[in-house]
Amino acid sequence: MIIRILGDGQFEVPDSAKAKLDELDAAVDHALSTKDEEAFQRALNALDTEIRELGTPVAASTILPSDLILPHEGASLSEISELLGSEEI
Amino acid sequence: MAEICPNTRPNRPMPGEDVSSQLEPAMAPGCVDAAGAGASVDVVLGRNGGMAFMKRLSGVVQAKANKVLDRVEDPRETLDLSYEKQLEQLQQVRKGVADVATARKRIELQASQLQASANKLQDQAKQALAQNREDLAREALSRRAGIADQLEQLRVQHEQLQAQEEKLVITTQQLQTRVEAFRSQKETLKASYTAAEAQTKIGEAVSGISESMSDTGMAMQRAQDKIANMQARAGAVDELLASGALTDLTGSSDPLQAELDKASSSNQVELELAQLKGQLAPADAPAIAAAPGASDAGDAEDAEVVDAPGAAPAPGADLFSLKKDGGA
Repeated sequence: MIIRILGDGQFEVPDSAKAKLDELDAAVDHALSTKDEEAFQRALNALDTEIRELGTPVAASTILPSDLILPHEGASLSEISELLGSEEI
Repeated sequence: MAEICPNTRPNRPMPGEDVSSQLEPAMAPGCVDAAGAGASVDVVLGRNGGMAFMKRLSGVVQAKANKVLDRVEDPRETLDLSYEKQLEQLQQVRKGVADVATARKRIELQASQLQASANKLQDQAKQALAQNREDLAREALSRRAGIADQLEQLRVQHEQLQAQEEKLVITTQQLQTRVEAFRSQKETLKASYTAAEAQTKIGEAVSGISESMSDTGMAMQRAQDKIANMQARAGAVDELLASGALTDLTGSSDPLQAELDKASSSNQVELELAQLKGQLAPADAPAIAAAPGASDAGDAEDAEVVDAPGAAPAPGADLFSLKKDGGA
């Protein structure tokens, strides 16, 4: 699957990484819903690290949509809530 | 290297054999199989899911991406339109890089002005101590501490700006590569437009490019926000510098300096005495001439000058240091 890390680029991540990523994604989601900034940063970092570790960067010349998108490095909880909120309104 | 990859999700129309055989060979080397061994991401993720967070974000970004391009009826026109938009964006990102560099240089300039003020205050503190005016030395050092805080904040901002600048430079390079790739591919796609699968590819190329443009747009927005914050702060530091609160300490209008000057004339005789004593007695202690601009508090050196039973520096150096340190 193709995952974009905002501000960075796309990574091709093998499907075998799904379970691990799902777990890390759930931690981000939980921190977001409990508004726990510290846990959010930690979980986001872990997810970011995992994607970079398991994934292969997609060449900039390759043009295709992503399956999943991760926030940019250092994104704050409020920034992301706002971004996600803009969809729900 | 310039390829627009076919998306391999089964829930979208698959490329037909005939057209893909025209397009695929060129694509193969640089293409990444979007769904691993051709498996659908939806299948891999399960029907409802998993990855709830990244999916939601993806939904938002792609919704934004759809607004980047006003899609026109004929997808071939959309290709041309998105190419034009990419060129515009490339211009904007280049301008963004220049803006960040300008903001960074401004911070560097301010930092050097603040550093000069800090050095002046350090010298004044030494001067005050040499005249036994601990109160004035304290005042100078406390002002210096305030400047040190400002400097530290500037340092942090400078680091952030540098990181933004580096990121934008990389973004520009990637965008440039993509624009070139897109340009060479769009003509191929247009030429084969009559085939249904080519239309699908056009759709995906446009989605992919819109998403990446949307991402670039958000990255630029972040850089601009950072610059705006910094400009507000930089403006405050400029005002502080202009008001004389920091730089005019050594000027005649500065009360701290005025006090120091007054005290220094009455101390002049004593200092000269100390210097003379120093010249008479041979010693290996370093000359005070080395002091101006040195970074540590002056107690040790000053004590040395006053007591200096053993100091025998070069005569010229002592006179120079008196003029500089003791004189008004």
